[in-house]
Amino acid sequence: MLRLELYKIFKRPRTYISFAIITAFALVIQLALVADGKNFISFALQAVNEQFDIKGNILNGYLVTYIILQSLLVQIPLLVALVAGDVLAGEANMGTMRLLLTKPVSRTKLVLVKYAASVCYALMLITWLAIIALALSVSIFGAGDLINLKSDSFVIILKQDVLWRYLAAFGFAALAMSTVSALALFLSSFADNAIGPIMGTMGVIVVLMIFTTLDLPIFNTISKYLFTTHMIGWKGFFDDPVPYAAITRSAVILAIYTVLFVGATIWWFNKKDIQS
Amino acid sequence: MAADIIIEAKNLSKSFGKFRAVEDLSFAINHGDVYGFLGQNGAGKSTTMRMLLGLIFPDEGSVYIKGEKFGNRSRHLLKHVGAVIERPDLYKYLSGWDNLRMFAQLSGVPITNGRLHEVLEIVGLKGREQDKVKGYSQGMKQRLGIAIAMVHNPDLLILDEPTNGLDPQGIYEMRVLIQRLSKDFGKTILISSHLLHEIEQIATRMIIINRGKKIIEGDVTTLLSPDDTNVDVRIGAVDITPSLKASKWVAALTNEADGKLQFRMNPSNIPALTKWLVEQGADVYEINASHSLEAYFLSLTNEDNAKA
Repeated sequence: MLRLELYKIFKRPRTYISFAIITAFALVIQLALVADGKNFISFALQAVNEQFDIKGNILNGYLVTYIILQSLLVQIPLLVALVAGDVLAGEANMGTMRLLLTKPVSRTKLVLVKYAASVCYALMLITWLAIIALALSVSIFGAGDLINLKSDSFVIILKQDVLWRYLAAFGFAALAMSTVSALALFLSSFADNAIGPIMGTMGVIVVLMIFTTLDLPIFNTISKYLFTTHMIGWKGFFDDPVPYAAITRSAVILAIYTVLFVGATIWWFNKKDIQS
Repeated sequence: MAADIIIEAKNLSKSFGKFRAVEDLSFAINHGDVYGFLGQNGAGKSTTMRMLLGLIFPDEGSVYIKGEKFGNRSRHLLKHVGAVIERPDLYKYLSGWDNLRMFAQLSGVPITNGRLHEVLEIVGLKGREQDKVKGYSQGMKQRLGIAIAMVHNPDLLILDEPTNGLDPQGIYEMRVLIQRLSKDFGKTILISSHLLHEIEQIATRMIIINRGKKIIEGDVTTLLSPDDTNVDVRIGAVDITPSLKASKWVAALTNEADGKLQFRMNPSNIPALTKWLVEQGADVYEINASHSLEAYFLSLTNEDNAKA
């Protein structure tokens, strides 16, 4: 069944729009940095250069990858929701849900397979991002030590210590996107067309991100429980030392949200009348 | 439960908000039946069919497939059933073959490529299977829908208004296909329609529902017996009542008023009746024959039109 779901997903031309967008986005940033990277680096390191003398291949592939990932924080969930928000609602919209559910397949199994297919798609998207951002950036700009600039400090990670951190960060991002897929799937189970779940998923993420990023006491109380706060846990792999406890907590919270969303989808879908 | 009952609905009821779509509906379909499910648009046919297939959950009542109670925990029973509900909506961006193959793999029965070719042959789509479904006509989509419904060789086919949207040639071909599925392949078929004429030509048994309730159920040959034909006669202003009451025709007379006579009888008696009326000195202006069930069904339509 999973093979059939993936076949359906990857037979639709619009599935490849996400891959094209990521490619275009990464290429634009890489081209811009090829053309004007030195000015960008001197501007970014302005404050640091007053106290430190930093030499070497600063604008390297690892830094470019980090810049690309930072820039795609909101776009990647949207691209994941494009497919995950469509898996149930799209079938309802096309009318194929009727035909699917006249087959001897349990509704729970159908939801789980559709979720698994959405996660596979998200994993492929993240893998493609890794290839296009990391592999291509390193081949264009070369490798080097990674300077991670933060609001009040900076971290230098040695060249030989960077690659595993990226692999771990992409792994964590895959987990975060599994949670986004679960949210989109949940919203998809209520709708008869994909626009609602896709926009709904983005709406939820944007609103919750406001809670996460606005540094107000009233929001701080709840933000630690929001999955959007933990979606950016991958950044922890670029700290020194790596905050393993915080990353693990974030991963657990994301997993809990995933289970809740998928569980709620199964519960609702098993009692839903198919009228489309 | 009798062994030859394929599917049985027992006291099904379903409401959507305050609207009562189906009310206390019971019927059983036996092996080999072509069972016509007749009702006006909105009578509750599709809702009932969806309840039979577990697409919609009844508020009350149960469905039994081959004697086993059907529900979310017994969806395996659907391997005995194939269905096309309303339009045959398919994956338009895939070929007919891909659609058939995908749904075949979900049918709970191992299916060979040979079987896929066989059903395409039966429904008359051989040679067009590699075309994308978005290029199919409505009739081709209906036939592919039926191929998908029967690919796993189920005992029962549920076809919801399969001639909807088809041109006269398509309607004829669909009728021939359904009759073939019944006669040559031994399928039990539940077919819905809002056209009595259509059911009359295909079905062996039928049920009529209106506003979610059963009106009548039985063998088509009995329900549509020629002996139940209404014959309306308009004659000139001659009082033939005394001679009519003394004649054999009084047994068939159902109504008499203002020069209009209504009989219920076999239409083969119309020439003799006409001759007798003329012999009695009556001027016969008009004779109309319509089946009583058809007249009743027409009255349902008129009732709905009047309310609209």
